[in-house]
Amino acid sequence: MTVPLWYYLVLSGLIFLIGLVGVLVRRNIIIILLSIELMLNATNINFVAFSSYLGNLAGQVFVFFALTVAAAEVAVGLAIIIALYRHRSSINVDEFRLLKW
Amino acid sequence: MANLIFFYFAGIIVLTATLVVALRNPVYSALSLLVMFFHVAGLYVTLHAEFLAAIQIIIYAGAILVLYLFVVMLLNLKREERFHQQTLTAALLGLVLFGEAVLLLASRPLRLSSMSASSEPNVASAVGNTESIGELLYSTYLFPFEVASLILLVAMIGAVILSKKGLLESKSS
Repeated sequence: MTVPLWYYLVLSGLIFLIGLVGVLVRRNIIIILLSIELMLNATNINFVAFSSYLGNLAGQVFVFFALTVAAAEVAVGLAIIIALYRHRSSINVDEFRLLKW
Repeated sequence: MANLIFFYFAGIIVLTATLVVALRNPVYSALSLLVMFFHVAGLYVTLHAEFLAAIQIIIYAGAILVLYLFVVMLLNLKREERFHQQTLTAALLGLVLFGEAVLLLASRPLRLSSMSASSEPNVASAVGNTESIGELLYSTYLFPFEVASLILLVAMIGAVILSKKGLLESKSS
């Protein structure tokens, strides 16, 4: 008895929703980055599930690339956070509205 | 049995993902994200993606999350008030997206239910998951692989420049 594919789709949709709500709702920049990681993981689960069910390994290669991009995003994002904290001594997104009109 | 294992992993994943968003202390959020990464790796193992499971634990849990914890502790954050005032907008948007997903799944079954893991033509299990991924990565996806290395180089340079003290200030003054 195997697990049907749509279980995985529902699971990854749920995780993506949780990440999206986290990005929209939280004020702490670090939690927002963590929520972006959640969304990336949701897409990765989708890729791996389809790759396994279609018998095509290309999906797993794309997860590999998504992981690379996630690592780059974390490095740059955390560097930006540290630079921001040095400037304002706060990481509350409500206080960064310089580019907002 | 396979269903039971899936529901165990899925339940823990959804629970810890909710905790990441809901918890007040960033350290606890990062730690629950760690638990979630381990369970996603377990899910990958059940999907016959052993290489990705190992990569998930090594890179996500070992590198990315340690970086997060490092920054959280470096900044020494106090607890702050946690939610935006746009909770209503976020809830509405989430509800719309969820409804859309349910509608998509309900209206077009897309032959998904007929697919099963047993119909897998055993590309992976014949020679081993890691070996076949490596072969694919260095033949068909060689160019994206090189681009990925370029992305990592750019990210490294960017991170060094952004976090170097005094570089931006001396230029602007």
